[in-house]
Amino acid sequence: MSAKKSFEESMADLEKIVRKLEAGDISLDDSLSEFEKGVSLLRDCEKKLDEAKGKVEQLINDASGGIRSVSFEIKE
Amino acid sequence: MTPKQIDIFGAGDFSPTKKEKKKAKNKKGGAKKRRGAKKAPMLIDSYDASAGGTAKPPAKTLFEVTARYSAVAVESSRGLTASSAPQLEKTPPKKIYTVSEITRKIKSLVEEPCREIWISGEVTDFKNQSGKHFYFSLKDEQKNKIRAIIFNAASRKIPFELKDGLELVCRGDIDVYGPGGYYSILIDFCEPKGIGALQLAFEQLKKKLLAEGLFSSERKKRIPFLPKKIGVVTSSTGAAVRDIINVLTRRFPNVEILLKPVKVQGEGSAAEIAEGISTLNERDDIDVMIVGRGGGSIEDLWAFNEEVVARAIAASRIPVISAVGHEIDTTISDMVADVRAATPSAAAEIAIPVKAELIAMLEEKKRQLSFALRQSLERRTQELAKLAQRIPDLRRRFPDMLRATDSLRRSMLIAVERLMERRLQSVAKLASNLDHLSPLAVLGKGYSVVESSDGRIVRSAGSLKCGDSLKIRFVDGFANTRVEKVGR
Repeated sequence: MSAKKSFEESMADLEKIVRKLEAGDISLDDSLSEFEKGVSLLRDCEKKLDEAKGKVEQLINDASGGIRSVSFEIKE
Repeated sequence: MTPKQIDIFGAGDFSPTKKEKKKAKNKKGGAKKRRGAKKAPMLIDSYDASAGGTAKPPAKTLFEVTARYSAVAVESSRGLTASSAPQLEKTPPKKIYTVSEITRKIKSLVEEPCREIWISGEVTDFKNQSGKHFYFSLKDEQKNKIRAIIFNAASRKIPFELKDGLELVCRGDIDVYGPGGYYSILIDFCEPKGIGALQLAFEQLKKKLLAEGLFSSERKKRIPFLPKKIGVVTSSTGAAVRDIINVLTRRFPNVEILLKPVKVQGEGSAAEIAEGISTLNERDDIDVMIVGRGGGSIEDLWAFNEEVVARAIAASRIPVISAVGHEIDTTISDMVADVRAATPSAAAEIAIPVKAELIAMLEEKKRQLSFALRQSLERRTQELAKLAQRIPDLRRRFPDMLRATDSLRRSMLIAVERLMERRLQSVAKLASNLDHLSPLAVLGKGYSVVESSDGRIVRSAGSLKCGDSLKIRFVDGFANTRVEKVGR
């Protein structure tokens, strides 16, 4: 469900949950479930930060006329 | 032919038209030039000599070039009469030229001395028939006109748009076109008068794209907050790509970068950049792209002022951050892009946030979340304590009744407190350890939860009746069951 949410959307939802809990006008059960939702959003965000694999590549034209990506190193 | 032959001012045979005579101002100009001509009679030769160098000779006015023709024609006719003069008394053997002969003669008289001449005039009758060769005329305020042609090889190098009314300074060769019976100037270089060619081109394109609404803020796409993969369209060598990659990876060590190496200056660079942008657009894994290059002269940065690049950026589905040259350089690409960065490094900073800051932000949110829950529990504890305090008051007001129910009250209070305590303990434990948050963790200790058929937790036997189906949740699964008996 939350997998499709962007980092920003998750952060915004998280903020809402914190507000709701701080306001304190919800039942004990609801606060617990909100808290759990918040924790799962936090985990999603953390996961998103580590999703990218840190590859630096460049596109080159290969001999057959196609385009492929190969690793790229900065030439100093 | 000696240069003197075409020195029209020395020949003195040039007779201006009535119209021209009227213009005393022009006459004065002519006189001035005549003096100049005397000092340097080999006007054409000096042009020829300097044409290869960097110094640009002063452009001839159309008046001057036209005048030169008249002079050449006069000169040739003089030569003719001179050779036949002795026989004038007798029946003169007339030299009758064929059209081709006279054409050849005019050609030889005109073309050689009018090579690589400079001329200024206003564009009129502009036609761009084939899209490659430009046909038009140059005119000046004296209503003289000369046909002008710019062939493809030269026209494609003109960065600005030619149109009627534009004042040009051109270099070219005069060409006599026999089949058409006219002469024209074949222009190999031209630039606008009083303004740089590139500056004019810049202004023209800016005006055009502005009118199309390509710079409007509604068109601008939002740069994603946390891109996974960033496309970069720039040269694979040089400072720009190095700065971009260094800044991106410093801010977000595991960011993915895909470079589309392109030529960023010189012939064909604009087309390569445009193609690079559309190549990245064909992929589905690029979240944002940086298009640019490091600093350089206006000529070096020129590709980013070309229409093909501007159009490619405008057509890009992926948000584009442009980064061309330094802070002070603003290109058309910058205006079309979704965000303009002052430098390639600045573009990288816009493209991705600092990972460490995001982690700190998440930690802060985690702290806020636990704190808010704890607060909420504390508030409830206080409320309970307040309620408990009210019970002795009641005892004073209704002593008999309460005395009678004293033991009941006490055991009830104990039960409530115990229940609350248990609740608070498990909640506090959940809150204190983010990894064991779920109430389901409690089930691990042997508790189980009973849910009614609509998924609600069953809190009281009173809410049940015989035959109700229930779900008992254990730590490792559940069991469906049915109520056989309800007791208190």
